[in-house]
Amino acid sequence: MLSVHNLSITFTMYTTGLQRREFTPITGLDLDVGAGEVVAVVGESGSGKSLLAHAVLGILPRNARVAGEIRFQGELLTPERQAALRGKQIALIPQSVAFLDPLMRVGRQVRRAAELGGSDGTADAAQRAIFRRYHLPDRAANLYPFQVSGGMARRVLVAAAVVSGASLLIADEPTPGLHPEIVAETLRHLRELAAEGRAVLLITHDIGAALRVADRVAVFYAGTTLEIAAAADFTGKGEALRHPYTQALWRALPQNDFTPIPGSQPPPDALLPGCLFAPRCWLATPECHAARPPLRPVRGGWVRCIYA
Amino acid sequence: MDMPMRRILTFLGRKLARLLLLLATISVVSFALVSLSPLDPVNAYVGADLLLVGPEQRALIAERWGLNDPPVLRYLRWSGRVLQGDLGVSLIYRQPVARVIGERFVASLALMSAAWALSGILGFALGVLAGARAGSLFDRLVRWFAYLLASTPTFWLALLLLITFSVTLRWTPICCAAPPGIPAPEVTLLQRLHHLLLPAATLSILGIANVTLHTRQKLIGVLNSDYVLYARAQGETPRGVIWLHGLRNIALPAVTLQFASLSELFGGSVLAEQVFAYPGLGQATVQAGLRGDVPLLLGIVLFSAVFVFVGNTLADLIYQVLDPRIRLEAS
Amino acid sequence: MMMRRPESVNGKNRRRRTLWTASLSLILLVSIIALGQALGTEGLDTNLEERNQPPSWKHPFGTDWLGRDMLTRTLRGLTVSLGVGLTASTLSAVLGLLLGLLSATLGSKVDAAITWLIDLFMSLPHMVALILISFTLGGGMPGVIASVTATHWTGLARIIRAEVLQIKSTDYVQLSARMGRSRVWIARHHILPHLLPQFIVGLILLFPHAILHEAGITFIGIGLSPHQPAVGIILSESMRHLSTGRWWLAVLPGLSLLVMVKAFDALGESVRTLTDPKTSQE
Repeated sequence: MLSVHNLSITFTMYTTGLQRREFTPITGLDLDVGAGEVVAVVGESGSGKSLLAHAVLGILPRNARVAGEIRFQGELLTPERQAALRGKQIALIPQSVAFLDPLMRVGRQVRRAAELGGSDGTADAAQRAIFRRYHLPDRAANLYPFQVSGGMARRVLVAAAVVSGASLLIADEPTPGLHPEIVAETLRHLRELAAEGRAVLLITHDIGAALRVADRVAVFYAGTTLEIAAAADFTGKGEALRHPYTQALWRALPQNDFTPIPGSQPPPDALLPGCLFAPRCWLATPECHAARPPLRPVRGGWVRCIYA
Repeated sequence: MDMPMRRILTFLGRKLARLLLLLATISVVSFALVSLSPLDPVNAYVGADLLLVGPEQRALIAERWGLNDPPVLRYLRWSGRVLQGDLGVSLIYRQPVARVIGERFVASLALMSAAWALSGILGFALGVLAGARAGSLFDRLVRWFAYLLASTPTFWLALLLLITFSVTLRWTPICCAAPPGIPAPEVTLLQRLHHLLLPAATLSILGIANVTLHTRQKLIGVLNSDYVLYARAQGETPRGVIWLHGLRNIALPAVTLQFASLSELFGGSVLAEQVFAYPGLGQATVQAGLRGDVPLLLGIVLFSAVFVFVGNTLADLIYQVLDPRIRLEAS
Repeated sequence: MMMRRPESVNGKNRRRRTLWTASLSLILLVSIIALGQALGTEGLDTNLEERNQPPSWKHPFGTDWLGRDMLTRTLRGLTVSLGVGLTASTLSAVLGLLLGLLSATLGSKVDAAITWLIDLFMSLPHMVALILISFTLGGGMPGVIASVTATHWTGLARIIRAEVLQIKSTDYVQLSARMGRSRVWIARHHILPHLLPQFIVGLILLFPHAILHEAGITFIGIGLSPHQPAVGIILSESMRHLSTGRWWLAVLPGLSLLVMVKAFDALGESVRTLTDPKTSQE
């Protein structure tokens, strides 16, 4: 349903005085999500993954330049098409209630989401129905965002997205700092949505959560996709995984070896030519530093490495 | 409604205590200041008849008004009377200070309310329009004008309006609150409004500039917020964003600003009334300062402090009552 | 589209324009003083043959009822206003800096006392306070300077206090203190570099306020003597002659004051834009 090809996003910023600087948080991002599946984009905190969501929706800030292709249901996503599809066919599940208007009751905001999704006249009923579906009491509709927290907050955010009737749902970091039960519940909701035939794009830094619910995982590093693998590939010592970074990431988890990867991600304003993981990679050779590897299909998945 | 009522009463109680403390401090400080003034209070009292008054009469006057006593005693006497509601007698107008302030304040009130309402409504509307089209030519023009007006001397703008509308076009009168020579009860409402026009316009124009800039700034802040980003992600139209989310979130700050601007408004009226010879409280302040009418000056100082305080308290109160985040916290 | 981050630029280099603005403002201000000196004092002499003339090539601002050249008088007046305004602003800014610093660094009792003082000074409308203080000092130059100083220090004091408190709470300052650096060292290396731009911007932006208030109080008549032709006095004297249509006596001097005040505003805002990291997203 959604396919992103070689997406890159560049920002122009001013530092002190008169100097201008460009930085590119996303350089070559590829992924695709089909109807009925959950695809997770996994990357370190603050690596710009939310920008992917904003790029698909068409709500990036004005100083952003976008290159590459995004297609929805086969057709190219132009700004006009994005404006038409936002909130109707493509919906966002944001990180927290900080993304809700603090002075408007949540029931009213969900009703508005329903209206924007196309249910003029039936918004009231749609809101009540969606609240019932997610076990939100009727009186919750009269609460303000600051009065809603934890599990109820997450359910309200999911409700607002689902009530629009969208076929593609983008969940941006739905699990940080939450109680494990709430995390489980949230992931279950996402699974249900996929089972209904929708496409779900899950953006997160929590690999554990991603692996519990996703069908496929896109590994995001320094602004680019390093690998797209099936969730099932993440087992054992990571032999089925293709990219060295993914293998190291898998092994670094607490339930596995728990060994960290030395070094850190390069900052987005000082990108080197060549493979972005090469400085930290034990397999790196001079060819790795020369040019960025293209994304190629390997054993049923995709990988950006010349040695996979 | 008992709980919120109790909270509001506590709030008001605390504010009242603050006000009393403030007035006490101000009364001490301002009394001390006027005592240090080189102006001889006897001269101020006698005024134009200075040369006709001999030294014995001057001594009598000084005795009568207690002007030779030490400052602390004078202060205690004065503040004691104030607490009983007696602000003394104005040296210039030969009337109780309270009455002078009362009458003049009513005149100024007409002027200030008109300017307050006009600048609030027009400024808000303009600020919203400019903020919504931030970066456009319209916005740049509005901003340019507002910044220009914010740097404009009040009295110069008043003179400009006077020259244009009263002298050149002869649409408005040259001075005062009513046509000269007509006894007060016979002045019609229309005539009063006619005389109110230019002074109110002066204050309004300057007020609009500030309100516009503030409202615009707040709206831009709201438009850059996370929740507006999410609203756009939901497909909200630009107009919908402003109507549903923008106005709601800037309304309270806007109202607060309005009430907090009473201080500036008072200051502006001092200058505007001077240009148009409008007999309001501002003009009385100037006269009191120029001619050394100490009782009146002190009375006005206390009154203006109360005025500003009430404005700020109203602003706070509105927040207490209308902001759900504060209102519902207790429950 | 109207909703994007509105301060971003359409590809033009806004920074360069800011620098231009700052330079032009500075040049304008210096020119005013220079021109005033260059014209000398002959325009200030009474010249009854040339009185009440509207603006012309010989007298760009016209002449007044005594035949004095209005341009010369205006420039002189602006210079006086500039001097008074600058003195009062600088004193005010230093006072604000000092009290703000003390408030944020000497513990909560001092902080509470100074905050209370700030509230006290802000409880009266500016004009009332100006009149009161000028009256105390008997009017004249000291009265104007003192009153303007006393009413303008509060804004900067608040800003400085907030800045210092915020800097003190950051990690790197806490770390320095733990590492045993003296308070003076921390003040010099951490606090001052952040404070300096704020102080300079605050100082420059005080000038227009001070100048406007000085003009206001002079206009009322509580300010300087009529022999020092400050713009306020020029305007208040002109009021008598407006009904006879001699508009240039009020419009042009006031306009010049406005231009001068705007120049300071533009200068201050430019310096702020160039030094404030928060305006970096363009």
